Amino acid sequence: MPEVKRYPNRLGIKGWFGGGRWGVERYLYTLHRLTGLGLLTYFLMHIVVTSRRALGAESWTAAMATVGAPIFKVGEYLVFVAFAFHAFNGLRLVLVELGVLTGRPEEPVYPYESSLDVQRPFMVVMMIAAAVVMLLGGYEFFFMAH
Amino acid sequence: MSMRDTPLWTWHVIAGLIILVLLGLHMGIMHLSGVLHFDAMSPAGDSPVDWANVAYRAKMIFFTLSYIVLLGAGLFHGLYGLKNILFELGPPAGLRSAISALLLLLGVGLFALGTWAAFTARTVALAASSM
Repeated sequence: MPEVKRYPNRLGIKGWFGGGRWGVERYLYTLHRLTGLGLLTYFLMHIVVTSRRALGAESWTAAMATVGAPIFKVGEYLVFVAFAFHAFNGLRLVLVELGVLTGRPEEPVYPYESSLDVQRPFMVVMMIAAAVVMLLGGYEFFFMAH
Repeated sequence: MSMRDTPLWTWHVIAGLIILVLLGLHMGIMHLSGVLHFDAMSPAGDSPVDWANVAYRAKMIFFTLSYIVLLGAGLFHGLYGLKNILFELGPPAGLRSAISALLLLLGVGLFALGTWAAFTARTVALAASSM
């Protein structure tokens, strides 16, 4: 199998934070990666902590008492926020990848049509949906007693 | 990304869609049950993480199996995503192999731990309810 020619990644991680002439989607790309890394870090710890349920009620209750402090509640809400963003932005990315939101290729005849005409309104809808879920979660996290 | 990575990327996307559904359900039960009045999966009241509610769900085979599917999809999606990010930084071939091996080992190890926990918790919950 032929090896793909690799070009040096001159900007490295710095390239995540400079959108240049790219649009808002470039910053969503950065946020998608940052939230993904945050969610992965939490997920790996979550697997270990929740495995305590296999050791029975006492072990589980002790584990939940350890992570029940207010600081953990705020941290858990941040994970929830990251989940809401990553999920809705990820759905947008899948639909773009599958070509659903990019439309069919057409001749460049004036007035030009851009895939952004479909993709960007959908992006706005997804971000509003993510914000609604974040607000609902925030209400449950901080204003409803559990 | 090489041509060899194309099937892995497809699985990355499929895993993302599986996570969207199953993690959405998990978040609905754990963090939105109050506002959505979706508390059927926490019949003991109080918090969804109280042992009585955890044991109630652990006894249901649907939750055992969906937890394992979510675990596998989450580990693959997350660790493959991390691998792509690290590879973009252009590590030498030796380091790339080491990263791949380490992430594979981590994924398999945590999958084994999580699967063991899901089945053992089910056994513990069923044994407690039959007493």
